[in-house]
Amino acid sequence: MTSRATRSRRAALTQLCALAGLGLLGSVAPAQEPAPRIVEIEARRFKYTPDRVVLKRGEAVVIAFHSIDFVHGFNVPDLGIRADLLPGQITRVPLRPTAAGNYAFLCDNFCGDGHETMSGVFVVEG
Amino acid sequence: MDRRNFLALSALGGGAVFSAALAGCAQTGPDRRSEPAFYFVQLSDTHWGYQGPDNPDAAITLRKAVATVNALAIQPDFIVFTGDLTHTTDDPVERRRRLREFKSIVDDLKVKTVRFMPGEHDASLDSGLAFQELFGETHYSFDHKGVHFIALDNVSDPGARVGDAQLAWLKADLAKQDAAAPIVVFTHRPLFDLVPKWDWATRDGAKAVELLMPYQNVTVFYGHIHQENHHMTGHIAHHSAKSLIFALPAPGSQEKRTPLPWDPAAPYKGLGFREVTADASAARYALTEFPVVPA
Repeated sequence: MTSRATRSRRAALTQLCALAGLGLLGSVAPAQEPAPRIVEIEARRFKYTPDRVVLKRGEAVVIAFHSIDFVHGFNVPDLGIRADLLPGQITRVPLRPTAAGNYAFLCDNFCGDGHETMSGVFVVEG
Repeated sequence: MDRRNFLALSALGGGAVFSAALAGCAQTGPDRRSEPAFYFVQLSDTHWGYQGPDNPDAAITLRKAVATVNALAIQPDFIVFTGDLTHTTDDPVERRRRLREFKSIVDDLKVKTVRFMPGEHDASLDSGLAFQELFGETHYSFDHKGVHFIALDNVSDPGARVGDAQLAWLKADLAKQDAAAPIVVFTHRPLFDLVPKWDWATRDGAKAVELLMPYQNVTVFYGHIHQENHHMTGHIAHHSAKSLIFALPAPGSQEKRTPLPWDPAAPYKGLGFREVTADASAARYALTEFPVVPA
């Protein structure tokens, strides 16, 4: 029987999932994932610090960039992730690597003499 | 050998690469069959103002290349510089000084029809302002003996974008061409993802290639990667040029794109320029590579 009550329960479940997706349920959500690890990286002509970051496969992290002096770029071509890093603010980029390996990242906004050396690597351990 | 005679190109030996927009005999239309073959010279990545161990002769390399071009038995119809005329500097005054010095050196070229394009070292830190003051527009098109040439700017935006405005201009420019027209595109960066982790790409290059794709006879000549490379995206051929300052490693061959060290036993190794002989009637191009100094 597809009763009005069943449809109502489905609607409520859908709404609950949407709220969970938005992170609005807080501590009442069952089996909530731990908060992602925050990894801070400074971007400054012509270097990321740190420029080698070790992650665990499947681990949810948020890379928090602090750009000092330029709208540097952040591009991880092999993960299809990129962002512009505006100076004076924190740019947060969520990341969850699903396979072990080394993933190079680079500044892809030309920032001056030394731009070509501004790069780093995520080392994802299995 | 008369390099203007395209039929003689098959006799060219080492260093020559034959490029056709389409395999076999391309059709470009009856009105182009009477166009004479001609050739132009591509020079790239001169990086005037660079000082460093990767080219201890940086102050004279460009002058030597100019002398070598001037010594060619038959002078080209025109010469194109595909970007990075100067090495980058934060100082706007110094940037203009380098651009003016570069210009005064290449003024010694015998051929006076010279086309210039910026590279990211010339234009990315000021959106092409200094380049435009001294050399004019950063993107443009022109016709020469049956070939339609298009210079695209993918460097004035530091994020390596052609940009929507220029893409709209490209679309309108191409709309004046028939589908079989021989089209040559000059850019600085590759329009395709050659090695994105080395920044050897154009962020919206795929959009430009998409606009070019309906045209049957398109060939792209570019710089940026300081070496010869030949690549196809569908039927469109892309040819990169050597540099006149230092060589870079083969695409993706190592972790970082650090310059190849200067070899005192073989100065200017890996540097040079090229001639491109064009046959508009068949949309075919013969590429011949030259060293900075004749052997």
